[in-house]
Amino acid sequence: MKRWLAVLLCAVLILQMTACSAPVTSEEESEEEEEVVWDWESLPAAEKTGVTLNVYNWGEYIDDEIVDVNRAFTHLTGIEVNYKTFDSNEDMYALLSSGAADYDVVIPSDYTIGKMIEHDMLAPLNFDHIPNYKYIDDQYKDLLYDPENTYSVPYTWGVVGIFYNTKYVDEADLEQGWELLWDEKYSGRILMINNPRDAFGITQKMLGYSLNSTDEEELWTCYEKLKEQKPLVQAYVMDQVYDRMINNEAWIAPYYNGDACIIMDEEEGNPDVDFFVPEEGTNFFVDAMCVLKNSKHKAEAEAYINFMCIPEVAYANAEYIGYSSPHTAGREMQDEELRNDPVYYPKEDVLDRSEVYITLPEETNQYVADLWLKLKR
Amino acid sequence: MKKKTTALAAPFGIWMAIFTIVPIAMVLWFAFTDANGQFTLANVQEIFAFDPSKGETLWEDSFVSTILYSLWLGFLTTVISLIIAYPLAFSISRATERVQLTMVMLVMLPMWMNFLLRTQAIKSLLSESGLLNQFIGLFGFGPLEILNTDAAIVIGLVYDFLPYMILPLYSVMVKIGKSEIEAAQDLGANTFSVFRRVVLPLSVPGILNGITMVFVPSVSTFVISTLLGGSKRMMIGDVIESMFVGEAPNMGVGSALSLVLMVLIFLCMACTRLVDKSDDYEKGGLTL
Repeated sequence: MKRWLAVLLCAVLILQMTACSAPVTSEEESEEEEEVVWDWESLPAAEKTGVTLNVYNWGEYIDDEIVDVNRAFTHLTGIEVNYKTFDSNEDMYALLSSGAADYDVVIPSDYTIGKMIEHDMLAPLNFDHIPNYKYIDDQYKDLLYDPENTYSVPYTWGVVGIFYNTKYVDEADLEQGWELLWDEKYSGRILMINNPRDAFGITQKMLGYSLNSTDEEELWTCYEKLKEQKPLVQAYVMDQVYDRMINNEAWIAPYYNGDACIIMDEEEGNPDVDFFVPEEGTNFFVDAMCVLKNSKHKAEAEAYINFMCIPEVAYANAEYIGYSSPHTAGREMQDEELRNDPVYYPKEDVLDRSEVYITLPEETNQYVADLWLKLKR
Repeated sequence: MKKKTTALAAPFGIWMAIFTIVPIAMVLWFAFTDANGQFTLANVQEIFAFDPSKGETLWEDSFVSTILYSLWLGFLTTVISLIIAYPLAFSISRATERVQLTMVMLVMLPMWMNFLLRTQAIKSLLSESGLLNQFIGLFGFGPLEILNTDAAIVIGLVYDFLPYMILPLYSVMVKIGKSEIEAAQDLGANTFSVFRRVVLPLSVPGILNGITMVFVPSVSTFVISTLLGGSKRMMIGDVIESMFVGEAPNMGVGSALSLVLMVLIFLCMACTRLVDKSDDYEKGGLTL
């Protein structure tokens, strides 16, 4: 088994070297021709192994155009992929903890990974099988939810920041940071995020607290702040942010930077909208790849994770998904403009002041939920 | 013969048992037990923010204001629907049979569309850059700020539930014969008297049915206040939903709230039945 795996890994590594030379030629070609990032189809297909990996990921969260990741993986390794998607961490967690499904690889978000580790649902990874882990930026390793980085390999990341309309919002007001959401000048034009964790997180960062705080006094102070803000808020929304920002109905809205590609899109979006991350710091979230404890094909699962960390694959995924990539080489391959875009890659010192969510104790969740209901009364 | 017809109800009986009786029993169970399955009144007390150790209620922390708010919006919706539906239903019932058929079809037409879609449409109509504001903008008015207010919620509710008011009214009014009205007129009644002494009493069962069919769903609605009201103030349906999904689910309190809502709605329905003293089969009910 071990030896077989070594052969497999070697194969992938060699292929990768041959692949590296491929995309260079395509760069100069005219735009009309489709860009070939990795011409894996010309490589010999691996013999069928008879193994099928069950992969569980977010919807629209893997490239199937530029490289067509899953097909490439099967072609090159002979391992079939049974790929399924979920809509929320909670749904995914509920399904897996019920034991009703057998998955090998899952890609949940930070706090859910923490919870899964706590409940002994994940297998520690053998990083000898994932040499491409070296490409992952150290900034995204050893985060709170997996402090020694034994269970997960980062896949995408993002931050919460503020979208604002440059036509109506005075650039000088941005210096207020999160306080901008409390600026009476923009009363009725401010949207607020409609879930307690993010709404409290924003307030906590503004007040200089940790967004994983369990201190009830701090949370109460946040509640009072949010109550103060309520008369200024046009609406509490999630995905309605798009419409309202695009139609100039709202001018200021906190949301996830990955959605900039919708809101700020030149044609379908609103080019007047810009994005910034307040200096006080923010929540930054990571979705990472894990192997489930009861997986029967752990080595193949690790090979899959390694495959996802091949620069061409990481690049294709980043391009397709639109979220920021923790993969150094994948990011290098992106357009200069995108690679240095402060929307997708905020300044490092801001990130230093930011935190990932960890799973809070039940009492704290309950307390926050109660305060949230109180706010909406 | 009697036995045979009872048996015909069996499929519905089974359906009812699985999807109505069992869920209600589960709601009761969750409402009156704690996490360990022990009997408790804590969930119900929490709704009223009743502190047993002090023996007092913290109104500020209770859900009473949310319940009253939902009842108030439901009441407004019902009254407005009735005002719009009553004259319309009467005029349809006086038209020729073909016109009646077409009109009833038109009333039902919006119900063919998913109510979420319809609510989204209302949202775009009422929004600042929406059609309504564009239209009144032509005359130099506006823009009106309707979206994200209670008015928007009520407009949305009336739009969604109006057919449920029109149809029962129409089905009762269509049975009021021309001869009854003519008889009243022959006996010297003016238009107002005809309405008050003949049409109104004969349409009471329809009014009551309509009220029930509009009031109950509007009080317990959810999502509409999120879409049209800007989610600033939750209706009771939204609160119940938040008790079952999200990061801190609390099925106990959620069930207790559903139970309180059920009791309230039952009481409201009982009140309407009190008004409808007559048990005349001919008059009552939805006959479509």
